[in-house]
Amino acid sequence: MKITEKDVGYVAALANLELEEEEIARLVTDLDSILAYVDKLNELDTAAVLPMAQVLFDGPEGLAFREDRNRAGFAQELALSNAPESGAGQFKVAKVIER
Amino acid sequence: MSLDVSGWKIRDVREALDSRQASAREICLATLARIAQQNPRNNSFLTVMEERALAQAEAIDRKASAGEELPPLAGVPVAVKDVILIEGVRNTCASRILGNFIAPYSATAVERLEAAGAVLVGKTNCDEFAMGSSNENSAYGPVRNPHDLERVPGGSSGGSAAAIAAGMGVVSLGSDTGGSVRQPASFCGVVGLMPTYGRVSRYGLVAYASSLDHIGPFGRCVQDVAAVLQVIAGRDPLDSTSAAAPVPDYVAGLASPVKGFKIGVPKEYFGEGLSPEVRGRLEEGLRVLGGLGCEIVEISLPHTEYAIACYYIIATAEASSNLARYDGVRYGYRAPEAASLSEMYRNTRGQGFGAEIKRRIMLGTYVLSAGYYEAYYLKAQKVRTLVAGDFSKAFEKVDAIATPVAPTPAFRIGEKTANPLEMYLSDIYTITGSLAGIPGISVPCGWVSAPGNGQSAAERSRLPVGMQLLTRHFEEARLLRLAHHFEMVSGAA
Repeated sequence: MKITEKDVGYVAALANLELEEEEIARLVTDLDSILAYVDKLNELDTAAVLPMAQVLFDGPEGLAFREDRNRAGFAQELALSNAPESGAGQFKVAKVIER
Repeated sequence: MSLDVSGWKIRDVREALDSRQASAREICLATLARIAQQNPRNNSFLTVMEERALAQAEAIDRKASAGEELPPLAGVPVAVKDVILIEGVRNTCASRILGNFIAPYSATAVERLEAAGAVLVGKTNCDEFAMGSSNENSAYGPVRNPHDLERVPGGSSGGSAAAIAAGMGVVSLGSDTGGSVRQPASFCGVVGLMPTYGRVSRYGLVAYASSLDHIGPFGRCVQDVAAVLQVIAGRDPLDSTSAAAPVPDYVAGLASPVKGFKIGVPKEYFGEGLSPEVRGRLEEGLRVLGGLGCEIVEISLPHTEYAIACYYIIATAEASSNLARYDGVRYGYRAPEAASLSEMYRNTRGQGFGAEIKRRIMLGTYVLSAGYYEAYYLKAQKVRTLVAGDFSKAFEKVDAIATPVAPTPAFRIGEKTANPLEMYLSDIYTITGSLAGIPGISVPCGWVSAPGNGQSAAERSRLPVGMQLLTRHFEEARLLRLAHHFEMVSGAA
């Protein structure tokens, strides 16, 4: 086994996921079998291969940039309209600073 | 007798409007009635937009009465996958975590459809956050395949495919990251297109794996898919990855001949794992292409066997990053009674996400974590270069590639849920094109017989099978033309 319960707990903490006992057990098995499978990539020698991060295509210079000028953003009310909890024009969350 | 629009194509809508045989309102009402009748059986829609759709249809009718020229998709009922935002309409991503989310703006593709006169009838069910191959990962229950209700419609855009197959819309939008338009199109017997990466703006498409996500249309015929692409394709300043390449007239180009096209058949796609029934239909399909005057040649895409491993590292890594935004602060579900902010994050995500989402977030977080990044993520990006390179080399010799869409026809609900890896492996023929960013289409290629849903073993279901065609980047015109000619002579549609 490549993956232990401890690994799953460590990764779950990184990913901010609260997992039930059964979920942890299942993830140990699932991640282990998937990672064993993806090990097949090591059959390939990629020392001289460049990584592909994105599909690239030709385009005019600066295509990704818009004109640098003000434009209307979301109105505050709209931005807050889906908030689970809001008040005084802000998103509300539990206290983060202790005395 | 009430109007039946369940088999209509865009042309039928237009003819009805032009001849005043039916109004847009009547077409819309007929579609809504069909949804009311069919949806309880197949669960394709999560939200039906009755009022909004009728208002759009009535606006088209007013234009027609005023003698104004009608836009290209005037009065056409369109279903939209519930990962593509429509302003003011609930968008769940088939997830509990966005169960109450109201989209504050519309996707560019949606705005373009509306500007072209389309009538948006509803939001379709899918795998949660578009992650899945069977539509069984929806928090709101699986979509059922209209051809056999005990079978899956494919995924992740299962609702958008089933909606068209069951006559609940004329065309629909889905999204395709590893096959999520093409595979359900094959399973449901409709046409589904994944355009070139960057051809259609993703602004307003909820991100799953950003280097792989595409919006793509479904329809009952290639011409309808071409007409939708015509409207939604093109540069959008709101999506920096959208391409500036000119958009040709896809519909006008369909009739041009395909004689002399060289079509590559990759030997790796016809080996172990391909069911004999699907192989049989594909072989017949290749003969049809030969009959159109295309030259069929065997090619090799040697890195095919590495594509799934490559994809499930890259896609999950990107997903783990994209889905970090669902933390219960600004929108969506928030777990109650958490004592601290970090407990609120963990509980919200633990309670809000389904099993497959957690699996992919965990895998993606793992492959990006310290000590594993190079061994997994960087390695996968390098293998992606090799998979994409296979296609570049092949397209030096051929104009298009023909393959199966999936190894089998639609499988049974529950058949593959116990083993996630087995489910992932069923994506083999579509994932390669996704990694390369080339356009691909699934076009109906015949039917196979499979054990039916009845009690008697003698009872058989007829299930559709699709053929996948692939071309070079931005060669949708060639792809659609080839698919159109195939559809005309194969008679499979």
